[in-house]
Amino acid sequence: MTSLLNSQRPPLFCPGCSHERVVQALDAALQRLSLAGEQVAIVSDIGCSGLFDTFFHTHALHGLHGRVLTYATGLKMARPELTVIAVMGDGGLGIGGAHVLSCCRRNLDITLLVLNNFNYGMTGGQCSPTTPAAGRTSSGYLNQLEMPLDICRVAVAAGAPWVERLTAFSGGLVERLAAAISFSGFAVTEIWSVCPGRYGKNNRSSPQQLAREAEELGFAGGLVAENAREEYGSHYRRLAAELPLSAAPAAVAVVCQPVVSDRTEVLILGAAGQYINTAGEILCLAGMSAGLQVSQKNDYPITVLRGHSVAEVVLDPAPIGYTGLTSPSLVLCLAAEGVAKRRDLFPRLQGDALVLAASEVELPPTAAEVRRLDFAALRLKPGQRALAAMALLAEEGRVLTVEMLQAGLAHRYRGETLAEARELLARLSRDRGQAPSQRSSTR
Amino acid sequence: MPQIFIDGNEAIARGALHAGCRFFAGYPITPATTISQHMLQLLPPQGGVCLQGEDEIASIGFCLGAAMAGVKAMTATSGPGISLYSEQLSFAIGGEIPLVIVDVQRLGPSTGSATKGADGDIQFLRWGNSGGLPVIVLAPVDAGDCYRLTVHAFNLAERYRCPVFIASNKEIGLTRESVDLDTIALPPLAYREECPPAHSGRPFEPLAGKMVPPFLPLGGARLSRQTSSTHGEDGYITTDTATIARSIARLQAKLNTLEEEGGIDPVEADCRPGDRDLLLVYGVTARAARTALAQLRQEGARISLLVVRLLYPVPEARLRHHFAGKRRIVVVEMNTGQYVREIERLAGPVPVVWFGRMDGELLDPPTITAWVRA
Repeated sequence: MTSLLNSQRPPLFCPGCSHERVVQALDAALQRLSLAGEQVAIVSDIGCSGLFDTFFHTHALHGLHGRVLTYATGLKMARPELTVIAVMGDGGLGIGGAHVLSCCRRNLDITLLVLNNFNYGMTGGQCSPTTPAAGRTSSGYLNQLEMPLDICRVAVAAGAPWVERLTAFSGGLVERLAAAISFSGFAVTEIWSVCPGRYGKNNRSSPQQLAREAEELGFAGGLVAENAREEYGSHYRRLAAELPLSAAPAAVAVVCQPVVSDRTEVLILGAAGQYINTAGEILCLAGMSAGLQVSQKNDYPITVLRGHSVAEVVLDPAPIGYTGLTSPSLVLCLAAEGVAKRRDLFPRLQGDALVLAASEVELPPTAAEVRRLDFAALRLKPGQRALAAMALLAEEGRVLTVEMLQAGLAHRYRGETLAEARELLARLSRDRGQAPSQRSSTR
Repeated sequence: MPQIFIDGNEAIARGALHAGCRFFAGYPITPATTISQHMLQLLPPQGGVCLQGEDEIASIGFCLGAAMAGVKAMTATSGPGISLYSEQLSFAIGGEIPLVIVDVQRLGPSTGSATKGADGDIQFLRWGNSGGLPVIVLAPVDAGDCYRLTVHAFNLAERYRCPVFIASNKEIGLTRESVDLDTIALPPLAYREECPPAHSGRPFEPLAGKMVPPFLPLGGARLSRQTSSTHGEDGYITTDTATIARSIARLQAKLNTLEEEGGIDPVEADCRPGDRDLLLVYGVTARAARTALAQLRQEGARISLLVVRLLYPVPEARLRHHFAGKRRIVVVEMNTGQYVREIERLAGPVPVVWFGRMDGELLDPPTITAWVRA
């Protein structure tokens, strides 16, 4: 095979920089694998390692510091057939640590070369996350305060199925790089390098010494048996292939007549667990079933099953402008939490507005008509209150009709849930027929 | 006219699918999260990819990699995520990488209020990148607009090879409403111009007479090259002043024709002959403004309404046309005064007054009516 080195741009590093050895070895490894330039993308980021992509006659992407794996991941997911090689330095390793960990966990088929020369060469030899505490750098004493990072240990702990530590002088460098690139999965290869222009000036180290220290720390051989598993991309595509196509949202057929002829605002005040959001949705679907335009805004805290739950619904025969509520004509007060959230509204309610409130919920003073509902006497659970209140209104033809409510329910629920909702409506209707006095009406 | 009941976030996801989006990556953040959830339902069964990055920086980085592979890509977040996107946004601008970015704005500053709306990121979207080169920002008004403008956003990203923002708002993204998607007029789909065989293959060299270079995908049959560094047409880093100047001038100018040729109606105008005042809004505020306009006209006010949908590049010609001869321009915003800066510089002798509020609540019609009467 022919070399994939860029004949127009020969490798250019500081004299004696071992990065050049890695460039040559990578080229030899790509040749050994019989890869053409079009089959390979070299992705790099900032620092001296970021020069790599320009030296190769392959696809190339050079991006922001520490982010090399983010681009490589998108590229590989979009073009699974491409051989993607990511190159970073010990600086990028520090900045992009979260990406390294995530790539180890994911196991997408990318080869990551970490060119570790123990310092930030390009910016003047500052300490990096891998600088030994005893190293002398332009960062003064700062590196003495921190533990150097052993990326091989971290990568194994994070789930990388291929982890290997080499030096730029390793005899089998070409063969080991070829093996890492051939591996189907995320392969982390750390390559210890010398930086003669910066770190090497004050921290003399021979290739032999480097090799000895690397060997002491271990991680020869690549394969990490405990992390062996299916490659992310093929796994992703296998799971995705089993998914059904997502259906378009179901259209709401107009099947009945509305009872409102103007913009009508409904406020539902309740607590988490009372299906307030769903009640708003059913009211909207009921409105749409009668040909109305609708909108719904919800308000609830970040906690689940605790705190207030508020739904604001607008029904209008005309297109809806403002989606907030200016003057609700109907307020359902189903729990104290919701009422507390909208206390300010009650004094502003108009005299022709209706407040339908659970008997135990205290209300602020209001000019609106207040009707109380004894949900306990009606044998209703908290989660049934909203639907029960709407059923009552529907029977009276206020804001919605029974036909609308039934259409809304049929659109929202299926099977057993729908049957239960219908049964609840039927029971309430029977109960009211027998004991109308249970609907006490007070101010 | 069968209607469906969806919120703005779902409308964006469905618009993206229609536009040919096949790659999405995002990190969960209220109020944008449900866009990711919808994309996860929609894309993988279509052979597309939907990923959840380890953070926002990764998510947009995934998108940049996929976009460079030739795929239409989108990400979605809110203000705090846009902050984290910043370095990658600069890359998308400088590297001319087509990408749609949804900002479902929430109340800031900083982590602010997850469940409160605002339009507080408008200038941030325009300027929140190193280098300050132009971007495209579209502002939807409602769920139907989210659907339509998302298709436009992809078209613009493809045609102009740049990041395109959809400046949504919690009050649009999470508000569900009745929409008839079938009645919404969508543009024909655009695709980035492929690099013809006769082209030099230099990845940033436009064809003769063009401002936007044809696209060579990474992983394609011809070698391609992308870099976040200052580069010449060959895609290699350069320090040559003349090359840099040429490149920056082209990036600065390439959106100049968008107002006329972008295929999008930049401004919705409700104007009557003889109107003296002009109310100017964008985003969700337009909904209340329309109601306020009707009220004011009923009272006899001679007032027009402009709803700006293309916030950036500012549709200067159209705005100037509408401003000419007006007695007063009233700008109303759901922030502390951002887009009004653009209006002031275009208004010439016409006085501009600004009203707005940023407290997490929608501006309502009575408030806007009172401001205009003031």
